[in-house]
Amino acid sequence: MNIFNFDEQQIPLDEWIQTFVDWLVANYRDIFQIIKAPIEWSLNGLEWLFATLPPWVVILLFAVAAWRFAGKRVTLFTLLTFLLIGYLGLWEDTMTTLSMVICSVVFCAVAGIPLGIMAGRSDRFEMILRPFLDAMQTTPAFVYLVPVVMLFSIGTVSGILATIVFALPPIIRLTSLGIRQVHPELVEAALAFGATNWQVLRKVQFPLAMPSIMAGLNQTIMMALSMVVIAALIGAGGLGNPVVQGLNTLEIGMATVGGLAIVLLAMVLDRITQGIGKK
Amino acid sequence: MDVTPKIAIKNLFKIFGPQPKKARTLLEQGLSKEEIFELTETTIGVQNASFEIYAGEIFVIMGLSGSGKSTIVRMLNRLIEPTSGQVFVDNEEITSMNRGQLVQMRRKKMSMVFQSFALMPHMSVLQNAAFGLEMDGIDRKTREERALKALEQVGLEAWAESMPAELSGGMQQRVGLARGLATDPEVLLMDEAFSALDPLIRTEMQDELLRLQARQKRTIVFISHDLDEAMRIGDRIAIMEGGRVVQVGTPEEILQNPADDYVRAFFRGVDPTNILTAGDIALDSQVTIVIADGKSPRAALQRLIKNDRDYGYVVDSERHFKGIVSTDSLREVIERPEVDQTIPNAYLPGAKPAFSGDYMQDILPQVASHPWPLAILDDDGKYLGAISKNLFLRTLHRSEQVENGTLEGPATK
Repeated sequence: MNIFNFDEQQIPLDEWIQTFVDWLVANYRDIFQIIKAPIEWSLNGLEWLFATLPPWVVILLFAVAAWRFAGKRVTLFTLLTFLLIGYLGLWEDTMTTLSMVICSVVFCAVAGIPLGIMAGRSDRFEMILRPFLDAMQTTPAFVYLVPVVMLFSIGTVSGILATIVFALPPIIRLTSLGIRQVHPELVEAALAFGATNWQVLRKVQFPLAMPSIMAGLNQTIMMALSMVVIAALIGAGGLGNPVVQGLNTLEIGMATVGGLAIVLLAMVLDRITQGIGKK
Repeated sequence: MDVTPKIAIKNLFKIFGPQPKKARTLLEQGLSKEEIFELTETTIGVQNASFEIYAGEIFVIMGLSGSGKSTIVRMLNRLIEPTSGQVFVDNEEITSMNRGQLVQMRRKKMSMVFQSFALMPHMSVLQNAAFGLEMDGIDRKTREERALKALEQVGLEAWAESMPAELSGGMQQRVGLARGLATDPEVLLMDEAFSALDPLIRTEMQDELLRLQARQKRTIVFISHDLDEAMRIGDRIAIMEGGRVVQVGTPEEILQNPADDYVRAFFRGVDPTNILTAGDIALDSQVTIVIADGKSPRAALQRLIKNDRDYGYVVDSERHFKGIVSTDSLREVIERPEVDQTIPNAYLPGAKPAFSGDYMQDILPQVASHPWPLAILDDDGKYLGAISKNLFLRTLHRSEQVENGTLEGPATK
């Protein structure tokens, strides 16, 4: 037998995966529907909030945040960005996108920071986690979009789930890095003065890792924004919609305007969160 | 000094690496540390260390880097777990404590000062000083009061609100010291605490430590690679080489009687006049004249001539030093009948004594400037002996022989 017979498929991995996903959908779809409930509630809450608040309040909130954390120029930039978005008629889409980004980033932080801390304190855990993080960051989103839709149905929640898969790794990696960058002498000193493991984490490692964790949060936000268009493919609303629609109908203008709004929003969020990280 | 051992170390071993058991067996078979590392990639950190540290002393553990001194001090509070052996503090076995007991022991009994200062960069000086108390769950007001007191002790109360990065190295280590003192521990571990400081600041910090120690006798275990520092602050010194404790003793004992070539090599280039005191080298070989016997100058002169000596050391019946006479000064009194025929009239002017605690360096001018041997007294003013120019030079010469390893047997007084 020729072990280098590459002309025919020897391992039908694709069929196995197909069978596995079909089996999962047939038997456990209900469970996945339950899993998505907390995301749905949070998202609905946020969407309601941004839809209810008058635009000037939203603009004011962002301007104040920019003023406090990032200075005059960013404040001005923030004001202009939101005004432009309004005048371009994209206010509603922008608010949906904001809700989606905030919702996915909150879930990323809630899951990612503890995972990052564990990875930072245990070489073994980091070793196990790394290939998963690599896969999450490099697997093309289109590969997991279909199974996500099969399990969680079409809509914004599925978009958020896909976003979480993609945006979670940086906050885990940078939290772990931040914990690892704390000088071992400081941990030793804390232990020498009778700190418990928990106290070492809370009083020494976590505060000193904060700048790195904030950088991770910033990266997570950026990556969440970059998923907006892909999420729109599976029925999530927001700024991805005009882009997808524009491409489908070859309305280049509409697609570009949607893209411009995403970029400007990304810059505003980036500058403000970087400012928070530096404080 | 109190002689109850505050800390006792018994047969302590630390073996780092993949095959500690095999390394231990090879060690027992007499292989060297290097051979064991070749065979097993396992390092003998500390081998079979046993010694006692007394309450209230500054005990210096000295050795070159890699000698295991930092490992030993970390096994006292179990920042490094010993491979085998025991550590006792106040007869309590540290090595058998569980996690909770160990944490309590570190909070209340034993604190530490680090070479790299290891201050928390995100906390103010005051918060740093209060760190141990904070770990112990002491409320904010109390711990800040106590931390401020500790900062006062090291003269940094004005800097309480500063951040560590704003302070110089010497000041940062004062904060490190204050952090160690704030919990009022019985034992203070100092791991090369002053090694990162420049020489002038280092000396200043050593004085500071001695000053603090004079006020509140703690038991201090001080790690150092600097012999001058060890000699300066140590009540007793343990010398380590390659994980073994080679010698334990007072600085004078070790200097005068080094255990082996390694210890001898350590002392090469050390100025013995900074370490040996007058009391260490004074010899009671001069003629003493007891004044209470009612001896006349004539009898004193007879005694000097009989002993073939030029100088006599006059003491009272309780050996309190009175003065020095010479054959010439006695003859001068005897040949002038108009003067009272008493010994005090024959005292040599300028024959001031020195005290046993004075360093050789301090008495050198007096030894050099007079022809007679310098009288040495104890703290009660009693005559102990004298130091001649000859004796002084011989001591220097002997130290040189010690350095060169040519001296046979222990130096004797």
